[in-house]
Amino acid sequence: MNGHSFTNHKAGSVVIALVAAVTVLVPLCNAVFPDGSALHFSAYTVSLLGKYMTFALLGLTLDLVWGYCGILALGHGAFFALGGYAIGMYLMRQIGNRGVYGDPVLPDFMVFLNWKELPWYWLGFDQFWFASLMVLIVPGSLAFVFGWLAFRSRVTGVYLSIITQALTYALMLAFFRNEMGFGGNNGLTDFKSILGFTIQSEAVRLALLMISGLSLIGAFLLSRWIIKTKLGRVVTAVRDQESRVRFLGYRVEMFKLWLFVFAAMLAGLAGALYVPQVGIINPSEFSPLNSLEIVVWVALGGRGTLYGAIVGAVLVNYGKTVLTGLLPEIWLFTLGAAFVLVTMFLPRGLVGLLVRDGKES
Amino acid sequence: MNGSEPQTDQRQDKPFGFMVQPRASNRLDVTHGTILYLEDVSVSFDGFKALNGLCLYIDVGELRCLIGPNGAGKTTLMDVITGKTRPDSGSVFFGQTIDLLQMDEPAIAQAGVCRKFQKPSVFDGLTVFENLELAMKTDKGAWATLFHRLGSEQLDRIAEVLQTIGLQEYASRPAGALSHGQKQWLEIGMLLMQEPKVMLVDEPVAGMTHHEIDRTAELLLSLQGKHSIIVVEHDMAFVRSIARKVTVLHEGSVLTEGTMDEVQNDPRVIQVYLGD
Repeated sequence: MNGHSFTNHKAGSVVIALVAAVTVLVPLCNAVFPDGSALHFSAYTVSLLGKYMTFALLGLTLDLVWGYCGILALGHGAFFALGGYAIGMYLMRQIGNRGVYGDPVLPDFMVFLNWKELPWYWLGFDQFWFASLMVLIVPGSLAFVFGWLAFRSRVTGVYLSIITQALTYALMLAFFRNEMGFGGNNGLTDFKSILGFTIQSEAVRLALLMISGLSLIGAFLLSRWIIKTKLGRVVTAVRDQESRVRFLGYRVEMFKLWLFVFAAMLAGLAGALYVPQVGIINPSEFSPLNSLEIVVWVALGGRGTLYGAIVGAVLVNYGKTVLTGLLPEIWLFTLGAAFVLVTMFLPRGLVGLLVRDGKES
Repeated sequence: MNGSEPQTDQRQDKPFGFMVQPRASNRLDVTHGTILYLEDVSVSFDGFKALNGLCLYIDVGELRCLIGPNGAGKTTLMDVITGKTRPDSGSVFFGQTIDLLQMDEPAIAQAGVCRKFQKPSVFDGLTVFENLELAMKTDKGAWATLFHRLGSEQLDRIAEVLQTIGLQEYASRPAGALSHGQKQWLEIGMLLMQEPKVMLVDEPVAGMTHHEIDRTAELLLSLQGKHSIIVVEHDMAFVRSIARKVTVLHEGSVLTEGTMDEVQNDPRVIQVYLGD
């Protein structure tokens, strides 16, 4: 046990050191080497790396609830998308009169819909601090309400998975509607600036990459600390023998809720870092397929390890970037095949190959 | 059975919550010397009466053995006391004032009615020490658990229980690596960590060697007086070695109670066990 957790601990530290290296070295290289040099990273690469960081963070949050607490949430992408929408609303308000219609307050799509004033739920999103707060509060509140109802009624296993999937699907349909006031199927895009800085500028891209990297590192260290506390042990005990924990006097639903809300808030943060780097958020982010993909990242990387989720998220998304460029039609087959093979032959995921000790917990 | 029952059973004669008499107090009151009152408890599953008007009283500090053929309702009885199963009718009181039927599993466990399961249910991935730490009586809220630090008193308590159950040398071993008998002891230790008033011990010696059975008997005997203990067991030799008072269940109700000798010579008991 001790040897096992030590090696896992060490492997986790190696992975997080790599993340830290990228976070520091990429901006450093770009500062030192001039544009055009081989060691100067292109805007595309910087954004891509930043995107991978946010996906890794998203995978990490799913691993917390799935790998450690046994909650197979198939709608985790919803929290990511909500965080993305929250920051997207701020970025829309930042456009101001630079939009196509030049309205100082209303975003273009509202002008297009002949709306005369801003809906109440858009108020406050011109303030960065308010939007940042909403990035955590909106996904957290949804997770709280949903989790409270589901965990208190002791909905578990496949039933819980199905209703989380239904949740994200319902949100997708709702956000597709123009009347919702979130830009319908086009979503929110054409962002110009963030905190007054041009969003396409190299400095902003590098800053976003660094913030994403630091968030990932912070989230990893915080999660690893939580898992090592008594709460972490209770949560893994819930995963292994839920009813036994209840008979020890723990309110299992409160522990699940605590972790679920925490993970949802971090997923919201990941979404908020993702959106300015890709420049768009639309309802397809809510699609159930996206949420399933997160599960695939974690399963491929190795669940219940935290760093496995990071490895899985980066590898799968790198594969996706490469293959959808070269042979777009085979990407989904490759992903499916990889998932099946790993599930059959590597139940502990890819990191299970590296870390010795055959028995997980 | 899987916990989907409603939290409180609606009583026909008191259809509104505000008409149900409030619990007098949450303090355990055992001034009459009885710690557990089960009166007229009935449970049926799809028409099968698992418990049928069962009445049982357990005294403070008593070590009571429950025996009975398969299907007599022994495990269902434990399920009712610990809140896993809601009875169709009857009342279950802990002391004179605490109504266990108004409480859910964690609340009952925190009140001091703790249970060892038939199949040893320890957390295999955690060490013996961590299993005991998890069971320890303390604030069991999520935030309190997150910031929990073991005090020296609590460390002493864990060490003491480790000694009681004879697993001092195994403290840092994963519970999954223990032998079957050791897991049973660990689970008894986890009960002790909860500082229980009532211990429900379901089949503590199933699958144990003779030597282990003797040690378990010693352990349980050393605990009586400090805790009220109900032991369910099939092993008659074991029951004989620990029992002061034995209750025989049959078809969901109490057939007879008495010393082991009285019970074994009761013609009804013989008939139930041997058939006609």
